[in-house]
Amino acid sequence: MATILSLSNVNKNFGALTVSDDVTFDMPEGQALGIIGPNGAGKSTLFNLIGGTLAVSSGTVQFAKQDVTRVPAAERCRMGIARSFQIPHPFVGMSVYENLLVASSFGNSGHHDAKAECRDILDRTGLLPKANRPAGSLTLLERKRLELARALASGPKLLLLDEIAGGLTEAECHELVETIKGIRDSGVSIIWIEHIVHALTAVVERLIVIDFGKIVAEGEPSKVMADPLVQEIYMGISVDDTAA
Amino acid sequence: MTSMDMTQGRGISVSVVLRLVLLAVVAGLAVAPVWAGRSDLRLLMEVFSFLALAQMWNLLAGYTGLISVGQQAFVGLGGYLFFALAMFAGLPLLIAIPAAAIATAVIAVPTGWIAFRLQGPYFAIGTWVIAEVFRLSAAQIGALGGGSGISLPVALAKSLADSRGGREMVMYYIAFTIGIASVLMVWGLLRSKWGLALTAIRDSEPAAEAMGVATRRVKFMIYVLAAFWTSLTGGFVFLQKLRITPDAAFSLNEWTAFVIFIVVIGGIGSIEGPVIGVVIFFALREVASDWGTWYLIMMGGIAIAVMLVDKRGVWGAIRARTNLSIFPVTKVLD
Repeated sequence: MATILSLSNVNKNFGALTVSDDVTFDMPEGQALGIIGPNGAGKSTLFNLIGGTLAVSSGTVQFAKQDVTRVPAAERCRMGIARSFQIPHPFVGMSVYENLLVASSFGNSGHHDAKAECRDILDRTGLLPKANRPAGSLTLLERKRLELARALASGPKLLLLDEIAGGLTEAECHELVETIKGIRDSGVSIIWIEHIVHALTAVVERLIVIDFGKIVAEGEPSKVMADPLVQEIYMGISVDDTAA
Repeated sequence: MTSMDMTQGRGISVSVVLRLVLLAVVAGLAVAPVWAGRSDLRLLMEVFSFLALAQMWNLLAGYTGLISVGQQAFVGLGGYLFFALAMFAGLPLLIAIPAAAIATAVIAVPTGWIAFRLQGPYFAIGTWVIAEVFRLSAAQIGALGGGSGISLPVALAKSLADSRGGREMVMYYIAFTIGIASVLMVWGLLRSKWGLALTAIRDSEPAAEAMGVATRRVKFMIYVLAAFWTSLTGGFVFLQKLRITPDAAFSLNEWTAFVIFIVVIGGIGSIEGPVIGVVIFFALREVASDWGTWYLIMMGGIAIAVMLVDKRGVWGAIRARTNLSIFPVTKVLD
């Protein structure tokens, strides 16, 4: 399998604070990769570096065999990197359908029929009944689904999903997992940041654990989760979360 | 659900009525020289000028989030370049105005390159400083009268038409065209693929960028387009005034503060907003123009009141409660 994404020694500092610390990994095309780690570990920062929202302090990012380290976010989207935002950023003044049209008009558009394509994505993400409603009228959960739908409409080769399962009920979560499996099976490479580990492991074949900006474990999900270090970090999260 | 559908249905029919009313008003304005007196025509020319300036400021601030307080730079450049091209290059007046606007757009490229290094409030102050630089520079040009300004030679003004009535008619139709075309141009733009990009930038710039919209390039294009049309309006304004001075041409109050008032009161980020704002602004001005300073205090008070009651402005408040739309830009999935 060809490598779709390759990070080499990627660092990101905000002043004295290191949020990405020498991150290196390769990702084969078609893989579904999960990223877990405590809050503030630098997971979303990593997405910002891959998507181009933030510039790396040092290191290189390669996408589809091209060095994209200095390529702006919009251009990376046109090359096929799409993302959902952890905190939804809908275009509130536009309809749900128009939100998708933006992505399909300006993204990695190979769509012959943007309308049919958007309809299909809205259908798959359960937003079809709301297609012509203003995105600003959506509930939080619908906004999360819109994040996914909009990212799909841009025609991605690599999809970055940032905590889209948070707050879902068990049934909704199951539905989402099925949707993401479908996307994976259609050949799109996926990186998914998620706290809900059982949802994540249902989809991904590889897991990366990040703590303090560093990769501390990676590999096959069941083995990674059995790692004592990961258990310590992860149990730490659970305890903190319950306390909060 | 049913009540929602009913409001939607009623919204559409009211929208159609509003559109017809507006069309009738425009048709009436198209033949204004037939029914309007000289002073009415002069007022209408001002209305059209401010409509164009407001549409441009709204496009800039309401869609791309670029808050410029230096649009007077382009009004002034339009006026001065128009005078220069007409007086020294001998261009016919009706060609000199668009030629000046094209020249202004060219100047806007390096100007924008400087201004775009600055973000948010710094951008606002930066545009103001740039406008001041142009004002001070204009005052240094002796051939254009320096600080005391210059008048358009009578012979040139007469080249528009022989009679005074004829000249006023020509001027009226220039103003009518600049004003109406500004609305139609913005409407056309917003209905196009670029409208999707602009509206997306208005709602969330990071998301627009992440969805493949080259936000910086789009904003720059809009900045230059706004400079062009603002300059076109400026050229016309000083054709009507027949005299230009640095202070009048690069007036912050006249060409930016009033324009911001119009857009904010009417409703920023919509095509309808500036239209409504212009009507409100001139209605207030006609009522209160002889109150002296109190008139400006009242304007400021109204602006503050609108901010407190509903900062989306008149159209924004209407829009939030109804489905009214006079200039629909929505794409529907049927």
